[in-house]
Amino acid sequence: MDIPKDNLVQMYEAMVTIRQFEEGVAKLMRDAKIPGVAHLYAGEEAVGVGVCSLLTKDDYIASTHRGHGHLIAKGGDPKGMYAELLGRSPGYCHGKGGSMHIADLDLGMLGANGIVGAGAPIAVGAAFAARYKGSSAVAVCFFGDGATNEGAFHEAVNLAALLKLPVIFVCENNLYGEWTRQDRHQTVRDVAERAEAYNMPGIIVDGMDILAVRQTVGQAIERARRGDGPSLVECKTYRFFDHQGVGDGAADRPAEEMAEWKARDPIPRFRSYLIETETLTEAEAAQIEQRVATRIEGAIAFAEAAPFPTPDDLLTDVYA
Amino acid sequence: MRQTIYMMAINEALTQEMERDPTVFIAGEDVGQHPAFGITLGLRAKFGPERVVDTPISETAILGLAVGAAAAGLRPVAEIMFMDFLGVCLDQIINQMAKMRYMFGGKARLPIVVRAACGGGYRLAAQHSQSLEALLCHIPGLKVVMPATPYDAKGLLISSIRDDNPVIFLEHKKCYTMPGEVPEEPYEVPLGVAEVRRPGSDVTIVATSYMVHEALRAADQLAQQGIEAEVIDPRTVSPLDMDTILASVRKTHRVVVVHEAVKFCGIGGEIAAQIAEDAFSSLEAAPVRVGAPFCPVPFSPPLEDAYLPNAQKIVDAVLPMTPAKV
Repeated sequence: MDIPKDNLVQMYEAMVTIRQFEEGVAKLMRDAKIPGVAHLYAGEEAVGVGVCSLLTKDDYIASTHRGHGHLIAKGGDPKGMYAELLGRSPGYCHGKGGSMHIADLDLGMLGANGIVGAGAPIAVGAAFAARYKGSSAVAVCFFGDGATNEGAFHEAVNLAALLKLPVIFVCENNLYGEWTRQDRHQTVRDVAERAEAYNMPGIIVDGMDILAVRQTVGQAIERARRGDGPSLVECKTYRFFDHQGVGDGAADRPAEEMAEWKARDPIPRFRSYLIETETLTEAEAAQIEQRVATRIEGAIAFAEAAPFPTPDDLLTDVYA
Repeated sequence: MRQTIYMMAINEALTQEMERDPTVFIAGEDVGQHPAFGITLGLRAKFGPERVVDTPISETAILGLAVGAAAAGLRPVAEIMFMDFLGVCLDQIINQMAKMRYMFGGKARLPIVVRAACGGGYRLAAQHSQSLEALLCHIPGLKVVMPATPYDAKGLLISSIRDDNPVIFLEHKKCYTMPGEVPEEPYEVPLGVAEVRRPGSDVTIVATSYMVHEALRAADQLAQQGIEAEVIDPRTVSPLDMDTILASVRKTHRVVVVHEAVKFCGIGGEIAAQIAEDAFSSLEAAPVRVGAPFCPVPFSPPLEDAYLPNAQKIVDAVLPMTPAKV
């Protein structure tokens, strides 16, 4: 595959940004500085970045409750994101959404979503609008293994297939729906099998390998842009934190399983590839990591210094 | 003025808005091929299947399609055949379309109309006859519209389509074939403005949707007994034009609120409470609500007839609170 060097470097930087962003969130949560809850994306970076590296800001993505990584991958700014997570006025949603509703419609990011499966029909609607307007834009719907037990998912996939809409259903199968392991919440092992019921391609890919994700999803995107309809790509991946919060999830996941998946961490893996292929030198990679660290540090400082909304803001934006 | 029936007024509003604005499209079950109530008849032939989209029986997908398309710049009119079916897809209403603008800090604009048929009287039993507007009025971010006349059906639908917020547009089945004066040209009836259907001085009757007609019949009966009722049709139940209602109550000092939905926790309770809060000193009798009893809509004709509010029940509510006229 011929991915220009600049793109590869950007992909690496985006993955590192997500990881460091989430580690920053974890630290803020440990310090009890983040109100409410947050679902961390660390471990799944190869999926979000692999997919979004193929999209422009005219393309749409519908995200999940685990949405920080998707927004960063789509070009989101950590400053506005941290500010939102801390409930501050300059946050992406002026402090009214928080982690579970972070969104940037200007980037085509239709929102994290606190309701499992709800993003699927919304992505179908965005794809419908893209075709209606005669644009070649596509919509990517991110969802987890758990969401494929929701009626909304099946209704959306059926409608997208029926109308041959430019949607790519990207399953981030991290083996758990909340705390319930996949074999205890559905009888299929591969979510991709569900595509067959809707007469669309269902492809499985190693979700810890960004190049594999990019290649497979790239074919699905091309198919969608050609007008040949939707696909389902199942990315086998793993979350490094617990379902919610900063724990490691060891109460519900076997130690060997966690160790096995952590050994497949997508970031060192891609880093090694970039160095082996002489795309980056060790020093350049370290430089990127340092640059990201500085950016994250600055973003956290910005957010912590940012003002809270005031009660005057309570009733604004209920209606247009 | 030209006369037409309520359902044709809705068809005309859809036609004219689709002609005016290419971003307006319709999606729903059988809206193109075989419209269930005939409301969208002829629209697919005129605008094509890309703009009049027949969907599977998938209410969540229909509303999700509307939410995503609206977020991406279109102006969808989604049809949920019977409002009872909102039970299948409430998430897209309660958690998605109603909240996205607020949750996203004002950055989303969701100009969506969800049309649905409401109300009983056709022996369709418990899952095809409900009036669930109170459920929707309880959700900030939604507007809820209940036209009672052909004129309002057209003008309110045009306003709803042009509105930048999600609007639930509830059409009463008993109104579909009612005739009335309807201008041929497009016009707007503003959302959130009540209409005084009949002026009166002795008692205010606030009635919604089809109950407006029952209230007017009740007012005629009361007039024969010397009681002049003022009948107010809020037209939109959210936003609710309390100013018009309060002004009337301050004049008549008595009020009966009527809706077809069950009385318990209905919109009538909200209206009565606001009157008690804001016009207590004007009242010469406690506000009274007329609504359906607390049970599902029954099937058997004598049971459904007993269930539904009507002119006689309104008269029976008004008489005890009004002083006898000589």
